[in-house]
Amino acid sequence: MTTTPQAVRRASPRTRRAATPPDPARPLLPDAEPVRLLDPTGTPLPARTDYPEPPVEALRELYRRMVLGRRFDTQATALTKQGRLAVYPSSRGQEACQVAAVLAVRDTDWVFPTYRESMALVARGIDPVEVLTLLRGDWHCGYDPTEVRTAPQCTPLATQCVHAAGLAHGEAYQGRDTVALAFIGDGATSEGDFHEGINFAAVFKAPVVYFVQNNRYAISVPLSRQTAAPSLAYKGVGYGVPSEQVDGNDPVAVLAVLTRAVAHARAGNGPFLVEAHTYRMEPHTNADDASRYRDGAEVDAWRDRDPLVRLETYLRARGVLDDAAVAEIAEQAEAYAADLRARMNEQPSVDPLSLFDHVYAEPTPQLVEQREQVRAELAAASDEDGKA
Amino acid sequence: MATTMAKALNTALADALAADERVVVFGEDVGQLGGVFRITDGLQARFGEDRCFDTPLAEAGIVGFAVGLAMSGLRPVVEMQFDAFAYPAFEQIASHVAKLRNRTRGALSVPIVIRVPYAGGIGGVEHHCDSSEAYYAHTPGLKVVTPATVEDAYSLLREAIDDPDPVVFMEPKKLYFGSADAQLPTRTEPFGRAVVRRPGRDATLVAYGPAVPVALEAAEAAREEGWDLEVVDVRTIVPFDDATITASVRRTGRCVVIQEAPGFAGVGAEIAARVQERCFHALHAPVLRVAGLDIPYPAPMLEHTHLPGVDRVLDAVARLQWDDQPDARWAAA
Repeated sequence: MTTTPQAVRRASPRTRRAATPPDPARPLLPDAEPVRLLDPTGTPLPARTDYPEPPVEALRELYRRMVLGRRFDTQATALTKQGRLAVYPSSRGQEACQVAAVLAVRDTDWVFPTYRESMALVARGIDPVEVLTLLRGDWHCGYDPTEVRTAPQCTPLATQCVHAAGLAHGEAYQGRDTVALAFIGDGATSEGDFHEGINFAAVFKAPVVYFVQNNRYAISVPLSRQTAAPSLAYKGVGYGVPSEQVDGNDPVAVLAVLTRAVAHARAGNGPFLVEAHTYRMEPHTNADDASRYRDGAEVDAWRDRDPLVRLETYLRARGVLDDAAVAEIAEQAEAYAADLRARMNEQPSVDPLSLFDHVYAEPTPQLVEQREQVRAELAAASDEDGKA
Repeated sequence: MATTMAKALNTALADALAADERVVVFGEDVGQLGGVFRITDGLQARFGEDRCFDTPLAEAGIVGFAVGLAMSGLRPVVEMQFDAFAYPAFEQIASHVAKLRNRTRGALSVPIVIRVPYAGGIGGVEHHCDSSEAYYAHTPGLKVVTPATVEDAYSLLREAIDDPDPVVFMEPKKLYFGSADAQLPTRTEPFGRAVVRRPGRDATLVAYGPAVPVALEAAEAAREEGWDLEVVDVRTIVPFDDATITASVRRTGRCVVIQEAPGFAGVGAEIAARVQERCFHALHAPVLRVAGLDIPYPAPMLEHTHLPGVDRVLDAVARLQWDDQPDARWAAA
């Protein structure tokens, strides 16, 4: 991602303002109720002019990637039980959010995920083995962020919100119409960096979509301990940022709302905040025991709002999905999981000497010394093995 | 031509902005006002609001914004208004700025310069005089640089902006308005080189940033006591120049490390340990440290008790085993 000085193309502030169409229909406060286009049974609700339904081809692709995403998630959980991953934070139940979000942006846009966005990243087309590198533990970020326009999965909470603002501003400064999509959870909206990020984006009119997946729990801490606001989407208004809330288990609505949010940002109107109401069906990670803080009845109630079932029901009723298509997609998902399983069962190679390669562009003399020490240790250990 | 360090830093920023359109300068009050220390004076007028601008008052935001800008291919130079006001940015610095290259196996680098006016001696009220260099020096992935001369201020800042890695650029506030003859632009020794500021035979004083003038003054005063002291200016704490310092101490056989920060677990402790490891057979005395007291930075009327001064340095030099007798200071221990 190196840019030569000559390549820097700047749009002057005046040009940028002039190119900015106002979005007068867009109030800052979200609707009192989350936007919903399908009811929980998958029956369509009256159409909305502000959030038109996405084209049917987009919805079929959304369904396909949600099926793949869920199968990926199940496979990752299984790999954790087999000891192939150190830990896995599942996003089961959040498929509508995970997949619709990445379908709403272009390949040339930038995505800023948290550690729970594995499903979103595979839906974006990133190699699942590279997505799981962080959790397998052979390195931190497994993919090249510049190649897939996706920041490393962020484990420090909300810090990526400010990066997204800076990236979006820097892209606009250089005359590119890139949008930054920043994922964040409900708990992290309490972090200062969420507020600083959204404020910077608003002040600099940076094209960022902040997408809050409110899955009701920050590990064990319920939403009531995060905020007294009527909804997390209300957090935009204080920064002058238009906001919306959406039923996060309604895939059609999530894609419709995020499509509009991305268009709003790309048109030069500044950031947009979307809160999706959803639910984390699994514990925080495989290492967590969710029974200590929520009861089974609550989880069961959300099982009835499964986003995959909802979308499948709707697409079947519209006559654009049939048994054959469902079976074919299921087959694709099985093949995808089998391939992932096979590749994850190969022992990754790690090189202790690579620990020194990327601390700085050039290692310091001290790192050169330490590298030599480790090299000697490895050589001695190898000699010992040879004798034994 | 007589120039202040403040002017040298300002010139370095202006020259960097002129040389490379990717460079952007931002922070709190750096635009129209020119910074509370005027280091960015005139830059917005000359280069425009797009390239030198004020931000919301949020230091984590400033550094995090710089990370994003760097990811888009720019070269951000940010100002933390004062040392202690940089603490809200520490998570961004330690978890992202320092680590992004390593986390991504070199795919992403964030060549950011974080300018931090630091240290005391200016009668500042609390939270305006911290010596925070150890926090950054203890964080792998950062370079930590601190000039003590006008020419170094210019040259090291230019090099920091050109460097492919993030640099925490620590500016000793009390040296901002001292002037010296300097021809700008200039390039002095590169990162990773310490410099002998004053040659001497009897002992080596190692110092950096605000402690360098103290060391030079002490060396001058020591002539009256009959000691010929060498003064080494560390300049770049990371990367650290073991070679120059080791060579000096092997020549002189004695070493005192001087820093303004509290001594416990400070950069001076690291230097003393490194010197001892490398120079054991050349040493005639333990390596001593002269540092700030292990107290929160004091109120202005008490800061002179805290700051390492010439007398404290000379006391340490006097304890360098000239008579090969046990150090009275540790007699009770």
